[in-house]
Amino acid sequence: MINTKAKLSLKQAILGVTAIAGLVFAGQAHAEELRLLTWGGYAPESVVKQFKEETGIDVKVTKSNNEEMIAKLRATGGGGFDLAQPSQDRISGAQAEHRIYKPIDLSKIDSSQFIGSMLEATKTNTTYKGDVYGVPHVWGTSGLVLNTKLASTVKDYTDLCNDAVAGKVSYRLKRPTLIGFAFALGHDPFAAYGDKAKYEEIMGDVESKLISCKANVKTYWEGGDALLNLVRSGEVVAAMAWDTGGWKLNNDNADVTFVAPKSGALGWIDTFVLPKKTENEAAAYKWINFVMRPEVAAQITAAAGNFTASKGADEHADDKLKAQFQSSFPQADLDNIKWYPTVPPGLETIEGKVLDRVKAASSN
Amino acid sequence: MSNQLDLECRQLVKSFGKFTAVDNVSLEIPKGSFFSILGPSGCGKTTLLRMLAGFIEPTAGDIVIKEQSMLGVPPNKRPVNMVFQHLALFPMMNVAENIAYGLKRRKLPQAEIDKKVADVLERVSLPDAGPKDVTQLSGGQRQRIAIARSLVLEPAVLLLDEPLGALDLKLREHMKVELKQLQHEVGTTFVYITHDQSEALVMSDNVAVMNEGRFEQVGSPQDLYYNPKTAFVAGFVGDSNRWSGRVDSLDNGQALVSLDDGGVIAGITGNERVLNAGDRVELFVRPEAITIERDSSAQTGAHIEDGQNTLSGIVENLLFDGANSRAQVRDQQTGHQVTVSLPQTGAFSDLKSGEQLRLSWGIDKARAYVSQTGTPQAGLGEEQAA
Amino acid sequence: MSTLQMVSGTEKSTTIPMIKLGTFLLMLPLLLWLFLLIILPHLDLLTVSLREKLGYREYAFSFQNYIEFFTEPLYWNTFVRTAVMSIVATAITLVVGFPVSYYIAKVLKGKKRNLLFMMCLIPFWVSELVRTFGWMILLRESGVISSFLQWAGLVDGPVELLYSDATLMVGLVYTSMLFMVVPLVSVLDTLDDSLIEAGYDLGGSTYSILREIVIPHAMPGIASGCIVVFMLTLGNYLTPTLLGGKDSLWFTEQIYNQFITRFNWESGSAFGFLLLFLSSAIVFVGLKLSRQTLADTVK
Repeated sequence: MINTKAKLSLKQAILGVTAIAGLVFAGQAHAEELRLLTWGGYAPESVVKQFKEETGIDVKVTKSNNEEMIAKLRATGGGGFDLAQPSQDRISGAQAEHRIYKPIDLSKIDSSQFIGSMLEATKTNTTYKGDVYGVPHVWGTSGLVLNTKLASTVKDYTDLCNDAVAGKVSYRLKRPTLIGFAFALGHDPFAAYGDKAKYEEIMGDVESKLISCKANVKTYWEGGDALLNLVRSGEVVAAMAWDTGGWKLNNDNADVTFVAPKSGALGWIDTFVLPKKTENEAAAYKWINFVMRPEVAAQITAAAGNFTASKGADEHADDKLKAQFQSSFPQADLDNIKWYPTVPPGLETIEGKVLDRVKAASSN
Repeated sequence: MSNQLDLECRQLVKSFGKFTAVDNVSLEIPKGSFFSILGPSGCGKTTLLRMLAGFIEPTAGDIVIKEQSMLGVPPNKRPVNMVFQHLALFPMMNVAENIAYGLKRRKLPQAEIDKKVADVLERVSLPDAGPKDVTQLSGGQRQRIAIARSLVLEPAVLLLDEPLGALDLKLREHMKVELKQLQHEVGTTFVYITHDQSEALVMSDNVAVMNEGRFEQVGSPQDLYYNPKTAFVAGFVGDSNRWSGRVDSLDNGQALVSLDDGGVIAGITGNERVLNAGDRVELFVRPEAITIERDSSAQTGAHIEDGQNTLSGIVENLLFDGANSRAQVRDQQTGHQVTVSLPQTGAFSDLKSGEQLRLSWGIDKARAYVSQTGTPQAGLGEEQAA
Repeated sequence: MSTLQMVSGTEKSTTIPMIKLGTFLLMLPLLLWLFLLIILPHLDLLTVSLREKLGYREYAFSFQNYIEFFTEPLYWNTFVRTAVMSIVATAITLVVGFPVSYYIAKVLKGKKRNLLFMMCLIPFWVSELVRTFGWMILLRESGVISSFLQWAGLVDGPVELLYSDATLMVGLVYTSMLFMVVPLVSVLDTLDDSLIEAGYDLGGSTYSILREIVIPHAMPGIASGCIVVFMLTLGNYLTPTLLGGKDSLWFTEQIYNQFITRFNWESGSAFGFLLLFLSSAIVFVGLKLSRQTLADTVK
């Protein structure tokens, strides 16, 4: 008696599991899906919802950063995602090395929605062996986030090493910091991209500066939120960080804002690229064209805090953000932005060693 | 001071909450004697021993060893050592290291330690066991090592907590003799606790029978066996046949007792207490006190004939055990079973079950104790079953 | 000669069916797990670690990645630092964990014992990340402890308790405690109380009993606890990164960096292998010093 019962329930269980599995597969087969590998804030929920209503396509968002994006795509040989958003300087080098991307069919892109100059610049930067691999999406800068009352002496990256702000400074131990310090030390690292020996010399200079500066640093920040907390609590008064972080903090505390450094803010552009094994190219193009619409782009600006390459989106953007942008970037500073050129191979190894040595150096 | 006391307990009490494990126990153990504490499990003997060793502090009373009060003295500072029930040899050390452990704690020079270890190993007849692993030894050898480990410290008193319990019967019989001899040779005072009356009787100079936290009787083995002062001791020490009944009348110190099962047995009081007519009593008769003869006359219940208690019954079981052979005889009238020893002469070697026997025993061999609540039903049948 | 071979051949063929199908099926998940998730990836890592990048998509067989580890003091120092910190963390965990385990195994009985054991377990119901952030909230300059010290008037200004090796050590010990306590409690459980009593009875002091009876008995548990804690600490990534601050270097962080931020899978793989071998070597030396065998520790 008990036995039959058990058998029955086992059979039912098997049937049930099969049914559920069937449903899952059926569901996967029917709903179209776009697997997007992107940055936090670039695919806000409202936009994803709107896109689903319009096209019926579900967007599955995976948040990441440049290094992880490339590492992920490299591990799968360019699979697992249908669309990715690395920075424009990380495309042709990675393609040459790892073959993880697929060329973009520009005819499927509504180029009229893009700010022309930015589109052209990105196309040039992301061309590899005659094919274009990326189109621009969001752009922004890195510079200084300061509490202007407490860190008035900080005008440039190297001023983070001033005694006045000792122990209340934070920056990342990543390549933007190396580039920023190189500029502030009077070098032009971008010009030396082609000349490894020269670049190594510049990095050596930066290395000794960063090591001598180490005592000033409270901690090297890792995640954006960690930095915001450090500044918000007053534990850090001057940091090298992204512009959006400064503007976000400015909303809470008028003394804190983003300042373009004297030697120039570092400009980056995050792009759209197709991973080599993308499974839903059509949906990827649909998404690109959708988010570049001015009113959608404005939503992304509001979420991410950064402006996009969408033409006319400024009109839809939040006035406060526009005001913050203008106060951070007077015309002269805007012209002074240093845009990252594409990274040639080998530099990352040099930079990596520098970063390791800085980390390993004693701070006293 | 030839009769110097090694160990003395004065009104020792140990309570755990409402439960009194050791209830007002006093004892005196003269130097060099073998003293056993005998009792059923749960009688408080282990608690008493652990108080002597220092693992438990008494609730009240005093323990005096060599004229020094041991109250508040931790176990590692007491001049007593213990042989544990499961021996507690250190498995991480070899035999010599086990024995040397206590000597090292006394910071003796290594040469002296080595000499003492060798001496004591010699004494327990295991001169070559030093480098062996504890696990390589047989049960009896481990026993001797455990004792040697304690003896090497020359304690005033050696406490032994049923150390023979884990051994098989043959070895246990052998070790009894060996222990007794060892004690005799070294002259250390032994305090031995056990629930096995045979161990206590064979080895001890003096035995205390303990029940429910109290000493029922303290005396020599012979004293306990032949003159048990309480029903408990009569039942617990040695084997006894047992009846219960009521005192009918008294005549010159002899009590006529009508048994609950029917019949009459005459007996004497087992202790100093004077019996009165109407008292409920327990009667105890040793199997070897009963004389048997073949008899085919009509069966009679227990009665008195020619100044002897007399009873006839049918042999039910023959328990052949060499010199220790017995027969179980059923009183057909009352259904009471009586165990009798068969004479060692072999006169009854052809006895068969079903034969009728006439049993008789002297009035002074039947000891009567006034019933007390809580007297255990430790009659013969139960004792053997246990 | 040929007959001999024949005989051995038939012997072999008769022994193979001895592994019953049922046993094989029972072992299958373990074998698959070992092979697919442990052996295969490691073989892959090994091949990657043994190649040198010459240019775009051009590789050659080379020991360069391993040579670099030993010639560049930076990596070597990082490893030594990680190993030393891990050994210290293991030692502290042992020193703190032993009395706790002893108390749980030998002193407490019944409910209280279970309760205390549970209390050691509870921190592991939340993720390591949450636990580490918990420490950050407590220890940061504007955190709970700093505020309390200021409120109590013990310090004048805010104190930074985060981002130092001491904090890192606290975090590592905290994270590892359970993995020390569990094997210690189970090994101490098997220690017969009468051995301890016998030690006292024979005149031993608490210290000598601990040293000569309790610790030798607990040695297999101590060894297995130490191995687990050492390996976990050495392989920890989150705690050193989050609590350690600007001067903290951890070898796993170095491996992560090689893989993720430097795109240098070759040296990342080599470092991974070196970590495996060097940590195994340290464990081996530790076992030899404590005269334990690996088999003892898993008993």
